[in-house]
Amino acid sequence: MQTETVAPTRAVSRGIFSSQMLRTLFAPLGQLAIWTVGTAVVLSLVVLLLALIFRTSSSGVDRFTLVLSILPQVIVDSMVLGFVYAMIALGYTMVYGVLEFINFAHSEIFMIGAVVGAEVLISLSEAKALENFNPLLLILLIIAAGMAVSGLVAVVVERVAYRPLRNAPRLVPLISAIGVSFFLQDLVRMLESIWRNAFYRTYPDVPSFSQRISFGDTLDVSYKSIIVVVAAIVMLLALNYLVGATKIGKSIRAVAQNRATASLMGIDVDRAIALTFLVGGALGGAAGVLYGLRFSTINPYTGFIPGIKAFTAAVLGGIGNITGAMLGGIVLGFLETFGASYLSIFTEGAFGAEYKDILAFGILIIVLIFRPKGLLGEVVGERA
Amino acid sequence: MPFFELNDVHTYYGQIHALKGISVKVEEGEVVTLIGANGAGKTTTLKTISGLLRPRQGTIIFDTHRLDQLPAHKIVAMGVSHVPEGRQIFPRLTVLENLEMGAYLLNNAAEIQQNLDHVFQLFPRLKERVYQPGGTLSGGEQQMLAIGRGLMLRPRILLLDEPSMGLAPVLVEAIFNIIRELNQQGITILLVEQNAHMALQVAHRGYVLQTGRIILQDSAKALQANEMVRKAYLGEE
Ligand SMILES: Nc1ncnc2c1ncn2[C@@H]1O[C@H](COP(=O)(O)OP(=O)(O)O)[C@@H](O)[C@H]1O
Ligand SMILES: [Mg+2]
Repeated sequence: MQTETVAPTRAVSRGIFSSQMLRTLFAPLGQLAIWTVGTAVVLSLVVLLLALIFRTSSSGVDRFTLVLSILPQVIVDSMVLGFVYAMIALGYTMVYGVLEFINFAHSEIFMIGAVVGAEVLISLSEAKALENFNPLLLILLIIAAGMAVSGLVAVVVERVAYRPLRNAPRLVPLISAIGVSFFLQDLVRMLESIWRNAFYRTYPDVPSFSQRISFGDTLDVSYKSIIVVVAAIVMLLALNYLVGATKIGKSIRAVAQNRATASLMGIDVDRAIALTFLVGGALGGAAGVLYGLRFSTINPYTGFIPGIKAFTAAVLGGIGNITGAMLGGIVLGFLETFGASYLSIFTEGAFGAEYKDILAFGILIIVLIFRPKGLLGEVVGERA
Repeated sequence: MPFFELNDVHTYYGQIHALKGISVKVEEGEVVTLIGANGAGKTTTLKTISGLLRPRQGTIIFDTHRLDQLPAHKIVAMGVSHVPEGRQIFPRLTVLENLEMGAYLLNNAAEIQQNLDHVFQLFPRLKERVYQPGGTLSGGEQQMLAIGRGLMLRPRILLLDEPSMGLAPVLVEAIFNIIRELNQQGITILLVEQNAHMALQVAHRGYVLQTGRIILQDSAKALQANEMVRKAYLGEE
């Protein structure tokens, strides 16, 4: 980023690194903050209003107090889930942006990240090395391990299962992706069964992660939750920088917008596509580790549900749109967590958390009926 | 050995035989034009040169290198820049980012800056629009951006596909002046045009293409005087 070396006509280039670059970097973050706060406020108002209207339950409980008392915790949990979805959703949306293809195996890339994170932690724990590890270093280590393995697997999958089909009819790579998805599930199951003799894995307890900080009476947040949210925000910022301000990122966007012309610029299109899978896969792997930290027990089939949901989040945000995927993930995380937390309070236990998806997806379908291109609009496919 | 040469090039779209043995020579410093009706194979010829299409037969030689088996991104690296038909601007990259993509293969910041200055000097309008997304420019501005982007690598040969298409007469004039200026700066140009009238004014030599074959080649002056060319391509009776 040295802009100092050449003197006279630097005006324009200097511009890239000042206002313009800051805008590319931080505008999405601002949007993210607005949507997070906005969704939190709207949903909180909705539940509080409902609680006021239906204040007393048949058993005489004051719903308003109840709703209010768990609200801060619900918002924190929503953010944790939302950021995990957002990170997975980025992998779907980036690949769609470049290839107009849904990489259904991305949920398994995510799962592999979760498994790698678990195995690294378990190995350290078995070696009795967990205690003398700096917690921050430990976090960085397992996230890096998950990112590396998932990113590489994503690149290999693209090379082996998608690239040869790039000019085939659209359904063909889609079927290939579904095949890869099953293949990876059972491959991980097999490897784990051979190596560990079990394929359900539990993240070992790291005492420093499980500590909680209390804010008043109603809210205490575990370090894990903070780690998830902070790591996700750092990752999203890094992605923004990569895609918005680096040469690699610009070449990926150029390939997404016009593949043939990108090659006329000297961009190696195959390489740019591989890089997209690497970046999307690495983010998915990081999300897997964070998911594992938060929800503890994982297995080779863990990826399916979060994967489908993150894919939905990408569509909700506007598939192909990177900021949209983040927002879609956040909104879905909120809808789902609010549903899980409040359904039973309002239905007197008739419908509990197990029906959260009906609520969340019901709302999603309604949103998409009115905004079929997603919250921010689909951005691929258009040509000037 | 010529600077640039297509020798008996055949290109297909699946079963469609689009180029049926094209041979074209361009010497260093020349402006050569390919003229022909819609569908004659002009665009296909340029795409075959730049590697977007692969010839099934024939050779393409540029400055002693064989181009015909290289992928597009390696052909640009040899100094062959293709400004495609219909501009093909990256619509959601800014003007500046579009130009940066043109310099994708350069790594020296000073060199990139120098080329950027050169482009802004040719097209001051682009400088006023640096942060605007390419897709929001007018047709004429997009054409300037497409040419500017093609120049960011300081190419040795520039392939221009219908740079005047869809532009107002004033702009057509401006674009052709730029082509002349670029040639005076030493860039060799292969110009594809339906506007044969203008093309033959800037070119040194020309080829006439019809349904995938070259039916005539001569100096631009001679082509302008040629009976058949006057009737078919210059719209005279
Ligand atoms: N993508 C394509 N698929 C099949 N045929 C094509 C394609 N592009 C061009 N052609 C055919 O190849 C011939 C030459 O086209 P083109 O090179 O675009 O002509 P020009 O640029 O001279 O107008 C035409 O007959 C056209 O129909
Ligand atoms: Mg054409």
